[in-house]
Amino acid sequence: GDNTTFRAQLRDDPDVASAVAAIRALLGFLKQDRGETIQGLRSSLLAAIDTLSRVDSSVAVSSGGELFLRFISLTSLEYSDYSKCKEIMIERGEIFLRKVSLSRNKIAKLCHPFIRDGARILTHAYSRVVLRVLEAAVESKKRFSVYVTESQPDQAGQKMAKALRKLNIPVTVILDAAVGYIMEKVDLVLVGAEGVVESGGIINKIGTNQIAVCAKAQNKPFYVVAESFKFVRLFPLNQQDVPDKFKYKADTLKTSQNLTEEHPWIDYTSPSLITLLFTDLGVLTPSAVSDELIKLYL
Amino acid sequence: KRGRGTAARGRGPGRGERALLTGLCPQAPELSREEKLQLRKEKKQQKKKKRSEKGPAAEPAEPGPPSDPGQPRGEEPPSTPPGSPRPAGGKSKAELRAERRAKQEAERAQKQAKKAELGQAAAAAKPRLTPTEPQSVVKRLPEHVQVDDPAAQRKLAKKLERQQVPLRQDYGTKVNLFSHLHQYSRKKPLTQQMSIPSTVIHPAVVRLGLQYSQGIINGSNARCIALLEVFKQLIRDYSTPPNEELSRDLVAKLKPHISFLNQCRPLSASMGNAIKFLKKEISCLPDTEWPWLTKTPSLEVIYLREKILLAAEAISRSAFEKINDNDVILVYGCSSLVNRTLCDAHAKKGRAFRVIVVDSRPRLEGRETLRRLVRKGIHCTYVMINAISYVLPEVSKVLLGAHALLANGSVMSRVGTSQIALVSKAYNVPVLVCCETYKFCERVQTDSFVSNELDDPDDLIVLRKGQAQLGGWAENKSLRLLNLVYDVTPPDLVDLVITDLGMIPCTSVPVVLRVKSVDQ
Repeated sequence: GDNTTFRAQLRDDPDVASAVAAIRALLGFLKQDRGETIQGLRSSLLAAIDTLSRVDSSVAVSSGGELFLRFISLTSLEYSDYSKCKEIMIERGEIFLRKVSLSRNKIAKLCHPFIRDGARILTHAYSRVVLRVLEAAVESKKRFSVYVTESQPDQAGQKMAKALRKLNIPVTVILDAAVGYIMEKVDLVLVGAEGVVESGGIINKIGTNQIAVCAKAQNKPFYVVAESFKFVRLFPLNQQDVPDKFKYKADTLKTSQNLTEEHPWIDYTSPSLITLLFTDLGVLTPSAVSDELIKLYL
Repeated sequence: KRGRGTAARGRGPGRGERALLTGLCPQAPELSREEKLQLRKEKKQQKKKKRSEKGPAAEPAEPGPPSDPGQPRGEEPPSTPPGSPRPAGGKSKAELRAERRAKQEAERAQKQAKKAELGQAAAAAKPRLTPTEPQSVVKRLPEHVQVDDPAAQRKLAKKLERQQVPLRQDYGTKVNLFSHLHQYSRKKPLTQQMSIPSTVIHPAVVRLGLQYSQGIINGSNARCIALLEVFKQLIRDYSTPPNEELSRDLVAKLKPHISFLNQCRPLSASMGNAIKFLKKEISCLPDTEWPWLTKTPSLEVIYLREKILLAAEAISRSAFEKINDNDVILVYGCSSLVNRTLCDAHAKKGRAFRVIVVDSRPRLEGRETLRRLVRKGIHCTYVMINAISYVLPEVSKVLLGAHALLANGSVMSRVGTSQIALVSKAYNVPVLVCCETYKFCERVQTDSFVSNELDDPDDLIVLRKGQAQLGGWAENKSLRLLNLVYDVTPPDLVDLVITDLGMIPCTSVPVVLRVKSVDQ
């Protein structure tokens, strides 16, 4: 049921983040649910989130789903009438969805002042949030140029370059291996994130960690833009500590015999390499992420 | 009365003269103290007048101890000698004294009224109101880091005399850098200076103090648990004397016991927090709650159960997620929490891991860890701390315990811990610290010198082939022995702190403290 809705939504609107589509699907599921108890509803929602993450195993889907669940269940215990509870939960779900869809614009407003006139920006792979930020910078009449890494194995960088050319931004696509070469020319690095972990580090497309290390070595600021629903309660200590279910695509997890032969799609960047994170909760330093997470989850 | 009417009271007798006077007439110290008090009060009056002339300044007129305790008044050259003409002019000393007395009486009456209100309000309203003084309170340094300040020591001596607790003497020459800390000898326990049975100190507390000072009870959790058990017994044996309020009297009765324990061995952060909690709870109780204190579950048991035992369970579970298959875990010294975590993880039989136990002299606590782990069947290796750069390349993570977690994220733990963290960082090995939230302190420390503990220097003497190396250290003028107990690890060397509230980075400790203070 919701698998098909979810996939349909992803297909129809490529601009929406997969997590937002997941939340929309969950809201629809909530509306249709025929259960009679809060516990039953919770468990069926959890099962739904599980199903969705089996379709798209990105970090954002699981974190978005968990946050959705927490957000709607914060008030559910106050009313004894189940249908009233459910109404309230649906209402809160709508509020959550609305907040989440507006988050990208909020972030763009916060971030574009950091792009100065004449800046040279390096970005990695295809990120819709970064695209929105650069769009906002263009709207505020700034001139800048962008270097995009090609980002193998799916060449997502080419997609990003095409989108940027439509905005009339001068863009150059570089090899992933050329990041160390180009770093001295750039003024700042701007990447998106698939997930923001408790330590303040990020999980993003493979290759991000290298860029961060090069940026640190040459003292270039490394900025991350991410919506708050991407905050996840993970705390990886190193690359190996990131759970397998995020490293590989959902289909690979189901079909592959030996995971060590598969190439991971994401890597973990530690908080010491990140300068600032731009989120809809504000501009945060990596150590402030944990504070925000404690506020969100406790 | 000496000195009252004379105009030339400014400097008083010089230092040498005063010494002579105190030697000749034993009454003289009493008078000079009174004189000092008078001088102090008069100076305060002057300051207040000056300030009220300058502009409005809301400074409370506390007749408490002055900001620089005990400095002999004759040695303050820049201060205005009270003999000089006063700016207000005209008021005689007797009138000023009367004014001051009236003010003090008024303040005392106010304080009593407030206490009565609070006593009623606290009974009705929990959580208790936090002290709402918005004035900037300069926190006074605790006595145990001011050993080289004679004034502070004199204050302490007076306080202990009042409480009838013996003062423990320091032993041996100290290293200059640590001369502000106490250094005691284990061969001279405090109980030698008091009569047993003591009339003021409960025998269970005497026993506990002895156990602390001789090192029989070691480790911050163990000390805190023992303390709570003894307090339970204390409270059970307590009976409110007539005309006294339970809450205030019990807290006052506890003070000499706490001083005694502090003299036996400086209180640990965990014990400090437990005592703070107990005092707060007790002072909130009205008289009618008296039977509740002796019923079970009593306050101490609740604190013990929730904050120590259940927290250990929660931490053990969280830490289990971080232990992977075929892990090599390095542990240092003996931490009850880390041992429990490893034993539980081994019992769950999900992960195969082995442990490297690092140990250091003179405490050799690693042997106790080794004993406990091997008994459970965990594969262990034992090395001394000099060998860590040799073993670290094969270690996958380091698991450490903590004595306290400070407000800036620094970890205070057994000496040697920061060394392990530093070398692990150089080898890129993640460092995990396990610590319950009740050990979180509001204190901030960036180095290991300011506040620490010096253990018995004779512990460093080692007997080898019948010869005591370093045995004659006291006779050698240029030799000092240093036996530190704690050190402070900066937060950037620690990757993760596992607490009962979850896994947090070191920098989030102030957030937890904030959340906890909101809860309470």
